[in-house]
Amino acid sequence: MSLEIIGLSKHYGRDVVALNDVSLQLRQGECFGLIGESGSGKTTLTRCILGLEPPTSGRILFDGVDITRLGAAAMRRMRARIQIVFQDPYASLNPRMSAHDIIAEPMIIHRATLGLEHRARTDRVVELLGLVGLGPQHLSRFPHEFSGGQRQRIGIARALAVNPELLILDEPTSALDVSVQAQVLNLLHSIQQRLGLTYLFITHDLGVVRMVADRVALIHHGRIVEQGDTAQVFAGPTTEYGRMLLAAMPEPDPDLSPYRRG
Amino acid sequence: MSGARWLNLRRGFYRFRRSWLSMVGLVIVAALVLVALVGPALVPHPEHVAGGINTTARFLTPSASAWFGTNELGQDVFSLTIAGSRVSLLAGISVVVLAAGFGTLVGAVAGYYGGWLDEALMRFTDLMLTLPSLILAMAVAAAMGPGLGNTVFAIALSWWPGFARLVRGEVMAKKADTFVIAARALGAGTPRILGRHILPNIASPIIIKMSLDMGFAILTVASLGFVGIGVKPPTPEWGSLLSTARGYLPDYWWTAIFPGSAIFLAVFGFNLLGDGLRDVLDPRARR
Amino acid sequence: MALLEIDNLHLAMRSFDGEAQVLNGISLSVDKGQVWGLVGETGCGKSVTGLSVARLLASPPARYFGGAIRFDGQDLMQADEAAMRRLRGRRIGMIFQDPTTNLNPVFRIGEQMVDVALHAGATDPAILGLPQGAPRRARLAAARQLAIRMLDRVGIPKAVDRVDDYPHQFSGGMRQRVLIAMALIGKPDLLIADEPTTALDVSVQAQILQLLYDLVGEEGLAVLLITHNLGVVAQICSHVAVMYAGNIVESGDVRSVFKQPGHPYTRALLAAVPTVQSVRGALQDLPGAVPDLIHPPPGCRFAPRCALATPACAQALPAPVPVGPLHSVSCLAVGAAA
Repeated sequence: MSLEIIGLSKHYGRDVVALNDVSLQLRQGECFGLIGESGSGKTTLTRCILGLEPPTSGRILFDGVDITRLGAAAMRRMRARIQIVFQDPYASLNPRMSAHDIIAEPMIIHRATLGLEHRARTDRVVELLGLVGLGPQHLSRFPHEFSGGQRQRIGIARALAVNPELLILDEPTSALDVSVQAQVLNLLHSIQQRLGLTYLFITHDLGVVRMVADRVALIHHGRIVEQGDTAQVFAGPTTEYGRMLLAAMPEPDPDLSPYRRG
Repeated sequence: MSGARWLNLRRGFYRFRRSWLSMVGLVIVAALVLVALVGPALVPHPEHVAGGINTTARFLTPSASAWFGTNELGQDVFSLTIAGSRVSLLAGISVVVLAAGFGTLVGAVAGYYGGWLDEALMRFTDLMLTLPSLILAMAVAAAMGPGLGNTVFAIALSWWPGFARLVRGEVMAKKADTFVIAARALGAGTPRILGRHILPNIASPIIIKMSLDMGFAILTVASLGFVGIGVKPPTPEWGSLLSTARGYLPDYWWTAIFPGSAIFLAVFGFNLLGDGLRDVLDPRARR
Repeated sequence: MALLEIDNLHLAMRSFDGEAQVLNGISLSVDKGQVWGLVGETGCGKSVTGLSVARLLASPPARYFGGAIRFDGQDLMQADEAAMRRLRGRRIGMIFQDPTTNLNPVFRIGEQMVDVALHAGATDPAILGLPQGAPRRARLAAARQLAIRMLDRVGIPKAVDRVDDYPHQFSGGMRQRVLIAMALIGKPDLLIADEPTTALDVSVQAQILQLLYDLVGEEGLAVLLITHNLGVVAQICSHVAVMYAGNIVESGDVRSVFKQPGHPYTRALLAAVPTVQSVRGALQDLPGAVPDLIHPPPGCRFAPRCALATPACAQALPAPVPVGPLHSVSCLAVGAAA
């Protein structure tokens, strides 16, 4: 798998520029962190990669194929290869569907590609639940019966159901409590190790991205303002915005507070 | 699964029970439905329901033998009112189901696709809304002739725009929800997104509106009967019973007061039930 | 005597499923000039503690069944609604998580602030700088001047011009500043801030934290900062109370608690935050889930998830054990070691 975004721009109407000449390259098997605050364009970027919105200009090459120019049927097949886990585990699961139906749905949609019949689908759902640390006793429960962390696990299982190669993680832990965030981050790491996935990890939490990402990019007002190896960017941001953002990161250490004077 | 569903039902009923008015509504509606189901078989004078008359017993005042008295044809008003419940309720339900079905279809398509289709469908809906429903129903009934089926069709024709507007708004709101975006990202097609993801999640407001509308639908059916273009005698229907009785007011008040009270009770009961259902299904809308 | 003293507060909340024991004997004392961080995960009771101090929980479903809240010597559990209204917006200020929903979108922010100022001035005319019984026109003018001064105070540029803007004309961070300005009008002694920066971007969060920090230093405010963000606590709080399932399990000065956490829960919480030292995939997580507060576990509520738990932990709620000059931990394991 390789993902290359070249000169991507997205305009809404005449005045709003959501993305401005964005270029990124993801390498097979890495975790790429995309850091941006609200209104930075990170959501628009994910929607373009998922084919939910057409870009105004530029190309998105997935294994050399420009997905912005794919026909409906080809795009449908492509969707099995790029999946997403959303931020809010309360809003991203259909409240009227059981855990089984939520995780099985992608297999029904892509049954032509996956070729799984009813019984095989249920077996696969159980396997996926196990992969994300849940059990067969959770199959018939509904979203409201799960905690936030468990819901996020279901969201991950749903994304993995179609054997994707690239997983977009859109703030996957920012709605979770710290201890639950730790569980989900560990889980995501072990899944990546086992399945050899490539991650695009989108977040505004600098502490999280510093830990999980191999490389990071900072997006600000629709532009990539900084990009490089995680350690390198965190050690010496080269732009004004990068310095300001990193300085604003609240470290959980009273001795590192910028506010206290003596 | 059944355990969770059962618990949800009980939790809903707990909220429902906290309002005694909702309970009154539930009891009234349950009683009406029971009467409509078994009542016609148990009435004291089924021959009157079938159209038989008894000219020797005209305008008897309510008594132990004829609880609601008799009418100008000597028919037992109690039997007619009870038998009328079946026709009125059935007509009301049919109107609401037809209107909800068609309105949901139009609203869902308009709300989901948006663009020119939405514009076209909604302008058409607005056009239907501008026509006074009773006048439209009268026109249709006049053109197609009286009778229960035509009455129901005529009223439903003027009833669906309300559902279309409601459903369109709900669909547009739900379309932006993350779980719908998730389904799109998975490659789900439109029928699946609408049928599996959006419509099940907007069932509550539709059900609430159906219940609230039931009372008014029954009232409209009765109104058409009252002006004489609805259900024709001898089929007993509350509106036409009231219409005939109108000529004998105020002397023979019982011929009008009992069918009239039945209409009042049905409208009242369904409205209270609808309010109660709203508390259960859509707790945010309270206060 | 401290400005705010919460003493062994017990609170239950009724619902269909039963009565949840939401606060299980909370004790906390906050002095002027202190910033207390009340930290814990979802459902630990930190927000209801803040709402209890302002007596903003409807009863029912809330039921207080023990304990006291004393503000400047006055027992708030006994205070009536009229007395509480005199305190709220005056001596007790509040700011909440979402700055959008806490401003009325159809009124100019100036009008909303003037309302608050007039309300505060009704109990204490000195706030408007006017003698008792000043004419309404004078009070209105003074209230407006005060609103502008406060907007200026919280760092809103060109406050004179912005006072007549509507809430939607402000960014999220600016709206939170407006709310802080509004809370400051009554010259409060205590500011209750419930997740004041959670809805904001990191860079804006830093500005709001700076503002809060400066206000404490300059106005001698006491702050009860309710948050789930341990980083925010470490940055601006002088003291911290860690809550778990309706109990304060550890409290003390922030440096001592963060550097030498005593309670197993505090340690687990701190270890779960990613830092420079964290190793990918090996972040320490906390097994299990928070207990059901309708049927809470007996004794220490953390015991079912605790690696150090012994049968004694289920016997009784452990009392706070001092482990430093200002630092105490409610844990039998720590008590045994001390």
